[in-house]
Amino acid sequence: MTENALSLRDFRVTFPTLFGDVQAVRGVDLDVRAGEILGVVGESGSGKSVTFLGVMGLLPKSARISGSATVGDTELVGASSRIMREVRGRRVAMIFQDPLSALNPTHRIGDQIVEMIQAHNKVSTKAAMSRAIELLAEVGIPQPAERARQYPHEFSGGMRQRVMIAMAIANDPEVLIADEPTTALDVTVQAQILEILQRIQSELNAAVVLITHDLGVVARVADRVQGMYAGRVVERGSVESVYDHPSHPYTRGLLQSLPTVGRERLQPIPGAPPNMMDPPSGCAFRVRCPHAIERCADEMPSLLPVGDVESACWRADELSKVVGA
Amino acid sequence: MLRFVLRRLLWAVPMVLIVTFLVYVALRVGTNPLASYLRVNQRASAKKIQQYIETNGLYEGFGGYLRGYFQWLQGFVTFDWPRSIKGSREVWPEFRDAMMNTLRLGLTATGIGILIGLSLGVFVALKPGGLRDTTVNTGAFVAISTPPYVSALILQLVFAVYWNRWFGSSLLPTSGVYPPGNRGFDLFLMIKHMVLPVTVVVIQIVAVYTRYMRASLLEVLNSEYMRTARSKGISERRVLVRHALRNALIPIVTVAAIDIGAILGGLIITERIFSYPGLGDFFLGAYDNGDFPQMMPWMFFFTLVVIFFNLVADVSYAVLDPRIRLGR
Amino acid sequence: MAFRRFVRHRGALVSSIILGTMILFVILAPFTARYGVNEAVFKTSIENPNQFLSPRGIAWLGTDDIGRDLYSRLIYGLRVSIFIGLAAAFFGTVLGVTIGAIAGLRGGWIDDVLMRVTDLFLAFPFLVTLLVLRSVMSSVSWLEPFVGKPTSIRFVIVLFVLFGWMGVARLMRGQVLALKEREFVEAARALGAGPVRIVVRHLLPNAIGPILVALTFAVSSAIIGEATLGFFGYGPQPGAGSTSLGKLVGGAKGALLPGYWWLVVFPCVLLVLSTLCVNFIGDGLRDATDPKLDGTR
Repeated sequence: MTENALSLRDFRVTFPTLFGDVQAVRGVDLDVRAGEILGVVGESGSGKSVTFLGVMGLLPKSARISGSATVGDTELVGASSRIMREVRGRRVAMIFQDPLSALNPTHRIGDQIVEMIQAHNKVSTKAAMSRAIELLAEVGIPQPAERARQYPHEFSGGMRQRVMIAMAIANDPEVLIADEPTTALDVTVQAQILEILQRIQSELNAAVVLITHDLGVVARVADRVQGMYAGRVVERGSVESVYDHPSHPYTRGLLQSLPTVGRERLQPIPGAPPNMMDPPSGCAFRVRCPHAIERCADEMPSLLPVGDVESACWRADELSKVVGA
Repeated sequence: MLRFVLRRLLWAVPMVLIVTFLVYVALRVGTNPLASYLRVNQRASAKKIQQYIETNGLYEGFGGYLRGYFQWLQGFVTFDWPRSIKGSREVWPEFRDAMMNTLRLGLTATGIGILIGLSLGVFVALKPGGLRDTTVNTGAFVAISTPPYVSALILQLVFAVYWNRWFGSSLLPTSGVYPPGNRGFDLFLMIKHMVLPVTVVVIQIVAVYTRYMRASLLEVLNSEYMRTARSKGISERRVLVRHALRNALIPIVTVAAIDIGAILGGLIITERIFSYPGLGDFFLGAYDNGDFPQMMPWMFFFTLVVIFFNLVADVSYAVLDPRIRLGR
Repeated sequence: MAFRRFVRHRGALVSSIILGTMILFVILAPFTARYGVNEAVFKTSIENPNQFLSPRGIAWLGTDDIGRDLYSRLIYGLRVSIFIGLAAAFFGTVLGVTIGAIAGLRGGWIDDVLMRVTDLFLAFPFLVTLLVLRSVMSSVSWLEPFVGKPTSIRFVIVLFVLFGWMGVARLMRGQVLALKEREFVEAARALGAGPVRIVVRHLLPNAIGPILVALTFAVSSAIIGEATLGFFGYGPQPGAGSTSLGKLVGGAKGALLPGYWWLVVFPCVLLVLSTLCVNFIGDGLRDATDPKLDGTR
């Protein structure tokens, strides 16, 4: 088995506020290997973005982070800012949801990529710029030399996202984290972006984390998928397995709520996401779960293998024996 | 880009003409030049009065006003300015001296003030809501609510009057450019006389610019691209300077250019209090006398300055913010 | 909800209390003041002069050049100044809102011209514009029945209204421009609402926040403006010895050199305090009505 490019163990993030502590991430275990795409799905507030922002050290200084997050053999939790700066942009790169606001409007595109290159390589600006133009071409931007001299608002949404990707892969990172890269884009453009991500996966052999709430996107490109709820991982496994026979009630509920041909009525999951300042004891999903038992309130379930997937549910095993959706 | 500047310039010329014409009308109506002249020169001969009317183009009726305006305009551009009503003094030399004085005071105060203000603004924006933020903010607020003559009075009270009582002599003088009777150029004395007025103006400027910078920088620091910048792994200093500061300065530059008017306003008041013979004092003196030949060039000059700085503001905004530049 | 946010702004809260107290004092003037506005503290005599007395029992804040109690005069003066401030701000805002709405709704060249003109006048030094306006207003004889004599309170109020509408107009225009493209305006228009109705029932309520803030700052700038004019002697000279804050601050000029500090310090402190309070309240109102701060702080 190839070594994990990125590993998280019992990763926790807490935000102290005036009214109490918000436990955004409550013990996440995660592994991504080189050359694979891991989809991380969940609702808003599930902690999926916060987890990876925390890994990158991009959360506000008040955030309390504990646990372990390793890139290769470098521990990131509690690492000095010097180490973090070396890791960011070189070994782990991130692209964000809205490329218009994520790119500095007053800097030229080429300069922004050059900045990324020169942050980690001692090269002349000329050399960096020609590399930047190469990168723009790689992500499919026509006339890259001219475009490099333009500003973000002169690009369309899809083009801007390509620019962000070009910037992120500039230093050949081991891990690429894509935070909702397609959410702000049209469906047709989405496909193009996802295709670029797949190329990165195969050509650079990078580990790609694809954070999204769109199950369709995950189905299209991800190898493995991991579902998050209330700051914890609830299910993980290969995309085929999980989508075919989801074992966690939450995942099942998610897949069930997708509109499909033949289904007469939409079946949303009842209830609302929990308040992360005071989440329910034990399994946070139990208040919305049709299968909850007493044990669910007493003990927080850990990820246990159920068939060929892993699930954080005390009843996953027995429920999978019953024919599910 | 050049077209943008040219188009702005094209707008500016008719603006200058229209505004100065309005000003001309206002001044003619308001100061009643003929009456003022007669008031000051009560024993003027009919010939002198006629001469005054003609050199100043004081014709009646709307057509007369227009004619008077253009005559005046021509005179202004050729530096052939009508003489003051008091003693028929030439206007330009006094104007020029006053302008020098004001420039000295204004540039020094503005330079120092903006520097301190912007730095202070950055300083507090980095730790919003903290103790230093609240202190500086409140201080700035108080300073804004304190008109310059109040701060001037207090400063004068402390440094001139009381210092005198306690120590026997004024630490800092309270009036004029030089002590009376001084001849020639003396840098030390000049600086001594400038300290108090400059301080008063600096207080005003620092208050305003601290708040500008704080607001602008806070908004920038909360932008998404700051996170992107940090995710690149560049040094925090570079993040602050090249991304945060640079973008925060853009709206400030534009506001600063237009704000000149407010600064000049404060200068005028300050000059009066300290009996500093600058342009403000010049204007107020002319106003009190109803001295039309003195007021008209002053207003014209200021209109030019205001329109010029408006232009600078527009252009600099376009230069600094590519979104505006290319949006046209 | 907006009220709660206002209350969280500590400066605004404290200021409201202070200002409220001051206004109370002012309204109850005959009771709160110790002497009449033009009344000497006691009759002067050679052995016992009443001029320029420093603060003491019979005159809490000292006396002025003809023996009048500064404390009482400050109260009466503040009353006049607050009145001027409120009246000027109110009418100025009404005028500004109207013109701004017209400019915003009509658009076209009216809008362009109005905006350029106001921009320019706003960029001129405050005192200069004020003085020029003042001289024009006082010289046009047929205006006098409307605006009163140059030294009257009415004159000053009209002056500030003429000067103050511009800022508010700009603001209102901006609001109208932003709001008029919104769907609820289109809906209203589709239902046949005329422009006046649209402005009054749809645009105004949504723009009320910034307008209120502008109103508050108009009050403080009118108070300062009156004081500035008074300082230089261009201000109102209300009759019968009554006074305004501006006149009192103006009197400070001559009191400096001889060292009658109370005549300088107290009027100035009162001026700064009242301006500060009004400004803080404006700031609090701004926080309370800022849509960007809705929800989370």
